Amino acid sequence: MLYFILKRIAIAIPTILALIVLSFTLMHYAPGSPFTGERPLPPEILTNLEAKYGLDRPFPQQVARYVWNIVTEFDFGPSYSYKDRTVNEIIAQGFPVTLTYGSLAFIVSIMVGATLGIVAAIHRTTWLDSLTVGITVGAQVLPNFIMAPILVLVFTLWLGWLPGGGWQGGQWPYLVMPIIALSTSFMASIARITRSSMIETLNSDFILTARSKGLPFHEVVIRHALKPSMLPVISYLGPTFVGLITGSVVIDIYFSTGGIGQHFVNAAINRDYPLIMGVTILTGILTVVFNLIVDILYVWIDPRIQY
Amino acid sequence: MITARLQSESLSEPGPGRSLWQDARRRIRQNPVAIVSFSILVLVGVFALFGPIFSGWSSEDINWNVLGNVETAGRPALDSGHYFGTDQLGRDLFVRTAHGVRVSLMVGIIGALIAIVVGTLYGTIAGYVGGRVDNLMMRTVDVIMSIPYMFVLIILLVMFGQSIVLLFVGIGLVSWLDMARIVRGQTLSIKNREFVESAIVIGVPPALIILRHILPNLVGIVIVYATLLIPNMIIFESFISFLGLGIQEPNTSLGVLISEGASQMQYGVLWQLGFPLFFFIVIQFGFFFLGDGIRDALDPKDRH
Repeated sequence: MLYFILKRIAIAIPTILALIVLSFTLMHYAPGSPFTGERPLPPEILTNLEAKYGLDRPFPQQVARYVWNIVTEFDFGPSYSYKDRTVNEIIAQGFPVTLTYGSLAFIVSIMVGATLGIVAAIHRTTWLDSLTVGITVGAQVLPNFIMAPILVLVFTLWLGWLPGGGWQGGQWPYLVMPIIALSTSFMASIARITRSSMIETLNSDFILTARSKGLPFHEVVIRHALKPSMLPVISYLGPTFVGLITGSVVIDIYFSTGGIGQHFVNAAINRDYPLIMGVTILTGILTVVFNLIVDILYVWIDPRIQY
Repeated sequence: MITARLQSESLSEPGPGRSLWQDARRRIRQNPVAIVSFSILVLVGVFALFGPIFSGWSSEDINWNVLGNVETAGRPALDSGHYFGTDQLGRDLFVRTAHGVRVSLMVGIIGALIAIVVGTLYGTIAGYVGGRVDNLMMRTVDVIMSIPYMFVLIILLVMFGQSIVLLFVGIGLVSWLDMARIVRGQTLSIKNREFVESAIVIGVPPALIILRHILPNLVGIVIVYATLLIPNMIIFESFISFLGLGIQEPNTSLGVLISEGASQMQYGVLWQLGFPLFFFIVIQFGFFFLGDGIRDALDPKDRH
């Protein structure tokens, strides 16, 4: 087990380094610079600016310095478009927002999705199953950028129950629609995965044994069927995480929640290289770490896995 | 007499045995959901290709009479010629929706084709060669998969300008990963079968074995996965276009139209959101059920 964890970490670290170097290289060779504006700057000033931000040094040196600053101090450098703030400050401001509604959406997708899937599997071939399958199929074709306008239309414009956007320190009326919009399609996928793996588990021999020794059905489901049928769901958590991070861009823009996605798109439009790289690398590191945890969790839960 | 009976039986039977494909075709014909989905998708395709012929407007014409008064004058109506109404700039939404559906379908199909070609090649090579090469190739896939690709694509689009070509490149870059994994798994199980072993024994070169013996056995799973991939690619493109980074004016796609409609919906012009959204959802459902039907037809055991 310890060997497995160490091996996974040994893969994760080069992945993160590769991500940092890759995004830096991409930025370095991209056409245009933050200093190319409407009016061209005099060459002397351009040289001074480049010297200030270290852009005049040879490329390998720039990469090394950038990686070193991140690894030792977790410092992404100054922002090019916000004069008075560093990338770290901007991220520190937006990240808690994204984390709040992101983790809530994550929990909602898993809890609601798994519950729906289990209910459908237990009541297979009844109307309850058909209803659940119908809901999940419907929800699966409604990605966040479709859900967001529909929700605003219904709950803000027609019913007037919820505010159409904003954050206000994360009060619950401002949280409801971002969470629903973000979690719908993942909830549907999780429900489908849970349902089919639960049906498969319920058809296996050990469930038959448990039933024939006289255990009541709900006991069998909770004590025997739940754990093996959640395994495929666990392996789906990685893609869900990436999807939620990506979806947060739409949520931030549509609901003006002020999370990290909004900064990312603004930074991309302003060619604010350090900020773009900071956000990309941060989400990349989070994804790699999250996948690492999921892998370990999977092996820990399922002793049949060889590693 | 026995021979006569055998002959008459063999006459009534269409052949010595039915192939997987004949079986699949028969099963899918008996699946009403798949047939209905397929017919609807064909209708949507016809609308996208030939719809504009039946309208007096082009996708870039601006109806100046409507401008400034879209809420009442730009309503969907038969007598004004704007069957789906107009958008905020007074352009005919019927033609623009047809145009958008065409672009979205094209993106979906081309994206799926890229995924099929790259993913299948990569997956068969990794699976067939095996060993250290396989390990290295699949680790690379793992690494690319753990990168939040949407961010990388947005960076690419901003850095190198927003063009359809780059959008395809970006979609192609990420879409083949799942395909490569699925195909590799399938190749691993095929390559140990007897017919591959005998091909190796009689000295068929590896490239030819992949081409003649492995690829034909992958067709089923690739088709099923591709049908499910097309709607994903459409979502992907719409997502990028919704952020304003994908398809650019005067060109349009369902994502662009939905985004425009969504930004106008508080002004009582709901048809601007409704029609593109309707087509988006119909296309999504269509491919979903068609893919489901094809999977059932090709693998009748797997019915969960």
